[in-house]
Amino acid sequence: MLETIVFSTLNGILYGLLLFMLSSGLTLIFSMMGVLNFAHASFYMLGAYFAYALGLHIGFWPALFLAPCLVAVIGAVVERYGLRRVHASGHVAELLFTFGLAYVIDELVHLFWGSIPVSYVPPDYMQNALFTLFGTDYSIYRGVTMMIAVFMFAALWFLLKKTRVGMMIRAALTHGDMVGHLGHNVPRLFMGVFGFGCALAGLAGVIGGPLLNTEPGMAQTLGPIVFVVVVVGGMGSLIGAFYASLLIGLLQTFFVAFDASIADLLGVIGISVDPYGEVTGITLASLAPMTPFILLVLILIFRPCGLMGELEP
Amino acid sequence: MSVFRPFAPWLISLAVLLLLPAVTGGSAVSVINVIAIHIVFALSYNMLLGQGGMLSFGHAAFFGLGSYAAIHAMNAIGDAAYAGEGFWAHFPVFLLPLVGFAGGALVALVVGWPFCRRAGTAFAMITLGLGELVATGTQMFPSVFGGETGVFSNRMVGPVWFGLELAQPADVYWFMAFWVFAAVLAMWAFTRTPLGRMSNAVRDNPDRTQFIGYPPRNVRFLVFIASGGMAGLAGGMAAVNYEIVTPESLSLVASGLALVMAAVGGLGIFYGPIVGAVVVTLMNSLLSDFTDASVLYVGIVFLAVVMFAPSGLAGGLEQIRQAWHRAELARKWPGWLVGAAAVIAWILALVLTVELVYLIRHGDDKLAQALGLELNAASPLAWGTVVILLAVGYGLWRVTAKHREANA
Amino acid sequence: MVKTLLNRFAVSLLLLAGVANAANPEPVRFALIDPLTGPMSVVGQPALEQLKFTADRLNEEGGINGHEIRIVGFDNKINPQESLVQLQKAIDDGIRFIIQGNGSSVGSALLSSINKHNQRNPEDRVVYFNYAAIEPSFTNERCSFWHFRFDANADMKMNMLTDWVAENDDFKKVFLINQDYSFGQAVSEAAMRMLKEKRPDIEIVGNVFHPLGKVKDFSPYISKIKSSDADVVITGNWGQDINLLIKSASEYGVDVPFLTYYGNTPGTITQVGEKGVDRIYLISEYHGDFTDPEIAERQEKMYKQTGWDLYPRVSVMLEMIKKAGDKAGSVEPVKLARALEGLQFKSMAGDVTMRASDHQIQMPTFISVLKNNMSHGAEGTDFNFHEVAAFNAEQATLPTSCRMRRPK
Repeated sequence: MLETIVFSTLNGILYGLLLFMLSSGLTLIFSMMGVLNFAHASFYMLGAYFAYALGLHIGFWPALFLAPCLVAVIGAVVERYGLRRVHASGHVAELLFTFGLAYVIDELVHLFWGSIPVSYVPPDYMQNALFTLFGTDYSIYRGVTMMIAVFMFAALWFLLKKTRVGMMIRAALTHGDMVGHLGHNVPRLFMGVFGFGCALAGLAGVIGGPLLNTEPGMAQTLGPIVFVVVVVGGMGSLIGAFYASLLIGLLQTFFVAFDASIADLLGVIGISVDPYGEVTGITLASLAPMTPFILLVLILIFRPCGLMGELEP
Repeated sequence: MSVFRPFAPWLISLAVLLLLPAVTGGSAVSVINVIAIHIVFALSYNMLLGQGGMLSFGHAAFFGLGSYAAIHAMNAIGDAAYAGEGFWAHFPVFLLPLVGFAGGALVALVVGWPFCRRAGTAFAMITLGLGELVATGTQMFPSVFGGETGVFSNRMVGPVWFGLELAQPADVYWFMAFWVFAAVLAMWAFTRTPLGRMSNAVRDNPDRTQFIGYPPRNVRFLVFIASGGMAGLAGGMAAVNYEIVTPESLSLVASGLALVMAAVGGLGIFYGPIVGAVVVTLMNSLLSDFTDASVLYVGIVFLAVVMFAPSGLAGGLEQIRQAWHRAELARKWPGWLVGAAAVIAWILALVLTVELVYLIRHGDDKLAQALGLELNAASPLAWGTVVILLAVGYGLWRVTAKHREANA
Repeated sequence: MVKTLLNRFAVSLLLLAGVANAANPEPVRFALIDPLTGPMSVVGQPALEQLKFTADRLNEEGGINGHEIRIVGFDNKINPQESLVQLQKAIDDGIRFIIQGNGSSVGSALLSSINKHNQRNPEDRVVYFNYAAIEPSFTNERCSFWHFRFDANADMKMNMLTDWVAENDDFKKVFLINQDYSFGQAVSEAAMRMLKEKRPDIEIVGNVFHPLGKVKDFSPYISKIKSSDADVVITGNWGQDINLLIKSASEYGVDVPFLTYYGNTPGTITQVGEKGVDRIYLISEYHGDFTDPEIAERQEKMYKQTGWDLYPRVSVMLEMIKKAGDKAGSVEPVKLARALEGLQFKSMAGDVTMRASDHQIQMPTFISVLKNNMSHGAEGTDFNFHEVAAFNAEQATLPTSCRMRRPK
């Protein structure tokens, strides 16, 4: 029992941190530009594939740094020549644009790397055990991943709170017009933030690819969940996104680990029902994929501004 | 003559529907049946987005649940017909789309109210959540949704109407023709009702409709129900066509299809989604025979429409029609024609690029063979052609841009 | 022995082909409806390549009764409804032989749809050859004259697997992990039933189902296996689900044996490597020892030509179809199907019969385990599966509840 709790917590936090890397970029972009970027998870996938392709030639570590930069460039280009163009037609047009972009990026990945998962694996020495607990290995790679995620969170916090650029970004979040009036180039700031957000997604892809299988469907599986994180955390709230990521990560992992059925849960409070019935036999594990969306719908109905947010979407 | 004028589009469509099977070959019927389903589905989607201003990412939930309602009814007909008694024994398969309609509308009625408080991004997110929730939820109730396998049935049961046994796709065509005509007529009539007009007003300015005494939420809710019902009707048509319903029919992919069809066709014009459904379905089913990159092409078309032609393909048709009415066509067509030539040059360059990349990554693609191209990715000739096509397109566009502007 | 037989066979066929070629008959086409794109394509693509590879060889021997064999791939994206769309496409295209293997959910939809088609079109029958959808009901309650299964069904495999487990006293705690749909449930149900019967002292310490093809990270499941203290894991997983499960298990250092139905799914060996040695067991129609030099040579050639390993039962299937067609002297579906009933064949593994009473193949089966430094490695490595137990066709067989209805 204890070992299940320990490992579920470790895995849940790791998954949650990955989700946070993805959603932090999205929430920055959203709160600044009002664009809910449907293609955000596709940039995550691009990160994984770039790291895989580059890693074949220049090794794992250089690729880890180079791939997010490449994704940032692509993101900036998309903002400059695509998004800015449809911006005039309103938010629905922007959403449609990013939706179409997700389609096209997914298919381009098919075109370049095929539809079969590529074998993107960390270097051999990182697959060894970092520590062994209750007879189960915890690989160095997982440990490194967690460290990168935590480091990124710290860097992001420092950037936003302690630097001049961060100040401008925070100012543009709430008073975009005013920042423009003060003579700052807001469109360029937008482009930078969009690129930066995509780079964060790319970084998540680089380190998440080996853990979650690098295949063309990876964007589609994670895309909707990233939205959930952003909405549940509160649109535009980084700290909200952080809590929501961890919440969803832990919930999903624990639900799978503790395979109690509804009948079992009812049994705890003294109601006995048929343990194999269609409804009462539903296990928490089978509820796991649904939990993010249940959360999403409930939050939007009862607390539309999210856990920590101040704005309604 | 002028008396017939308002009816002309309907009479023409009726004639097309009657003549279509005679004109096209036997195996095309299967594709046409799918197009009929998609027309109703895309139009029902446009009731939300185009007319009501509500961007939904979960529309397939109503399509799929309507489909499930219809297929379970079909099984009930089968069982009752075997026993020879009961309500379902007298219910013809022909009317199953009505069951689908009831199913879709009922679900929309039950879940819709909290959704319709806001339009825009909030609505998009909550429908996304609903869609994913329903799609993943189906796995938990295998007795209703059939798990991975889905639910299958047999459409050759119960009372036969109009002598249609529905054995062959050709029989099913007449069923589809009836329902697509009826559904399009109904949805067009809906746009003429006060509610339809109000939904346009809510889309354009919700605050003002609130002031004049129509709470936008109520209007949205009613439109949501009507649209859910029509999506369910399309689902009912699909249940009869495929005789199987699987959980995939409720997924985000299916919702995305409705969105793509409606947007490519044109959101602002009633018949836009019809054009979109025809084009996208044909692209999906015909292109996939020739190329593995078919989805990429559909995606690029969608992206191009969103970026460069927000009023969609039907918007283009509408421009031509208006120019004709105002007798401006003679003045405008040279500019348009050259513009079209430029676009074609770009499309060719794009297709060639995709095929070349395909060749490098995976070996020959069937599309290149079908076009009779002997591609050699190593030769500068192929890539040179791409550059030349791009340049030609750009040149044509720039040269005639002034002409188009002058005659706009 | 086998080789001389094959040679003699080949010579007589060449003679036949010479006669047939003079008349230059129509090619006979087979539609493979399987996932050719997407994450599950690792199981569809090798089948397609194997079919083409074997067809080339058989065509050199004169094809089926002089008709050249052509294989056409149809991509169903592992979706039952899409499979029916592709089936209709194949039928519209004039193809009357359908091959499918992956996913009993797809197999189930195809089976019912092909039955309906044949009922509605008595003059135009379609036959379904199934090489891997092994849910038991297809050759029991739901058996059909139009369906032939060329793989041992889930019950037969589990019967042999549990025989082997029962003899091994080290196994006391069994953990079952399977995909959450009809086939995975059939595997789990059979395992529990048979273990209880054969070794009542064995404890089932876990019986877990996970969504089909949707789990990306098996960590939570692995920690469950770990904490259950199981000393053996049984799984019917296939496609990427077996890949990722085993990859995860090796990452976490789980060192109990995994008894799998599909541990040889392409990609698994490359990903697991040394960590899977003596740990991954496989129950299948052949093993990686390749004792017959001719088959070994075929394996080498297949891998060099296509990048995939030899897929023995797909090859045997096509060879048996050819034998039946030659015997019937026709490629007319009903005649070929009749000739296939009760057909005996000598495969690389031994004597094989297509049982007439339920169209379930009866064939020798092997349990093997992953080893290093094998003379013929899989996936271009030095690893392959080495035989640890063999069952001949009589030991593999199980009775059937099928009551076959044959066309008059």
